[in-house]
Amino acid sequence: MSKLLMFEKPVGMRDTLPHIYETKRKVKEAAERAMRSWGYRFIETPALEYYETVGDASAILDRQLFKLLDQQGNTLVLRPDMTAPIARVAAAKLLKERVPLRLAYSASVYRAQQREGGRAAEFEQIGVEMIGDDTISADAEVIALLVSVMKEAGLERFQLSLGHIRFTDELFRQILGTEDRAEQLRRFLYEKNYVGYREHVKSLALSSIDKQRLLQFLNLSGGLDCLDEAVKLIEGTAGIEALDELKTVYSRLQEFGVDEYVTFDLPLVSHMSYYTGLVFEVYADGVGAPVGNGGRYNDLLEKFGRPAGATGFGLRVDFLLEALEQLEEEAGVHCVLFSNERRVEAIQEAQKRRAAGEDVLLQDVAGVEDVDTFTQTCKSVTFFVGKSTGGTE
Amino acid sequence: MSMLTIAMPKGRIFEEAAALMREAGYKLPLELDESRKLIIEVPEENMRFFLAKPMDVATYVEHGVADVGIAGKDVLLEEERDVYELLDLKISPCYLAVAGLPDTSLNEVAPKIATKYPTVASAYFREIGEQVEIIKLNGSIELAPLIGLSDRIVDIVSTGQTLRENGLVEYETIVEITSRLVVNPVSYRMKNKEISTFVSRLTETIEEKAVQ
Repeated sequence: MSKLLMFEKPVGMRDTLPHIYETKRKVKEAAERAMRSWGYRFIETPALEYYETVGDASAILDRQLFKLLDQQGNTLVLRPDMTAPIARVAAAKLLKERVPLRLAYSASVYRAQQREGGRAAEFEQIGVEMIGDDTISADAEVIALLVSVMKEAGLERFQLSLGHIRFTDELFRQILGTEDRAEQLRRFLYEKNYVGYREHVKSLALSSIDKQRLLQFLNLSGGLDCLDEAVKLIEGTAGIEALDELKTVYSRLQEFGVDEYVTFDLPLVSHMSYYTGLVFEVYADGVGAPVGNGGRYNDLLEKFGRPAGATGFGLRVDFLLEALEQLEEEAGVHCVLFSNERRVEAIQEAQKRRAAGEDVLLQDVAGVEDVDTFTQTCKSVTFFVGKSTGGTE
Repeated sequence: MSMLTIAMPKGRIFEEAAALMREAGYKLPLELDESRKLIIEVPEENMRFFLAKPMDVATYVEHGVADVGIAGKDVLLEEERDVYELLDLKISPCYLAVAGLPDTSLNEVAPKIATKYPTVASAYFREIGEQVEIIKLNGSIELAPLIGLSDRIVDIVSTGQTLRENGLVEYETIVEITSRLVVNPVSYRMKNKEISTFVSRLTETIEEKAVQ
């Protein structure tokens, strides 16, 4: 490796400069306010966790984990998501105090990127987890909250796609029989390879009716009517139950008044094995990748020794910023410039303004090399220099 | 209806892709074929086209600056971009093959493989349990075995003429290739109507052609 330049950062790590920081702060505050107002309580967990526990339970691929060793030789990971650490805390402690739990987080997560130089390897996620409530009301609540958070953050054009992993599983199990064969097909969906899916289905030794069912499945997206189509493809109760859950959650979302943002997408497989029920992804105009996703994960808590149903979502703060059409104008700072003999006056002026809610910097004129250039970076100026007093307001 | 931005590959695939779209009833301007302009708007179809290097099409689509793109399966295998592969356009058929000088066997230690497709090539040799060294080249791959840079090459073969002209023979076929319609995952949702219409018109045309 060539010698590092002093200003370099590790691959995928980013600085946040003041004007972006302000926009980010506002977006996060708006989102956090919405979550708090729905009764969710914020929680922080450590950046480092054990690889064998949280690292293993997390939904993030092993090759994306940052791993390191502690003094005792244990493998640690930088937390790749917040869901697994929260599941750990909930199982170990919080579920003993209260069920169901409504928890929220706003934190950096770390995922090593293999492709190309500067993709973010550290980014902030903001989200909620609802643990210990198996009802559809819980699923509907997190989705409605997600919509509310998006709106509060200032986004207008966004859309949520809703699928159900048990419907997919049941359909594949009915037609294909074995989990191995189902997994093969599920992988095509996970990789978004519909051409490969179709070719694979055509190559299987199945009746033409069953092949048709599997091919039709790819078209099951859109409004409520696609659920009626789905009913025709499935036999038995388990698949129908999944469709009923989708229908019910949709009518709950109508009651919340957020159904206009929601469409169905039954072939949606956002993870190979993590989710156990409803799954969703949220997309915003102007951002090339989903800004967030979530769903029901009823198997995770069991890994931490306290089985409980759970559902939640996570949003990427950097993608939310990208989706916002314009960055916040920086409010700017007022400058009180003084020369030494008039320091007291200047301090009084600054304190008066600060008390009125203004951001004020106090600058000794002797400390500035070029007064004009410096004051141009300020919103406005008052000066107490020599015998003159004045300002730009 | 919002405008669809479509990334078209320059060169070999372009003509067939444009012909297919015209057959499907889209009025592509003639200037698209000839002009050196990189971006061309077609307001009457509510579409905007741009020409890109074939290897880059999936990249534009993944980042969402193009909603839709036409890319060879070879590119998708090599680039592993996060895009929907919705439709096999069944145009520009060819295949990826292993080729080399006739009557040669692989040197036992770590034979060298020259290719434009390092990801595909290394996956292939790993799967068949061969230990090889992959050498990435950007073009004129046939040169590598002739000049002694590599024992084998992995490259696209359509008619086999280039290989023959250079005295090379095919050893194995890795995978059949055709061009695919790829779609950005967000556009797939946010512009679902426009994309569905586009896909179903193309599907019809492809099926008609298959019957003929």
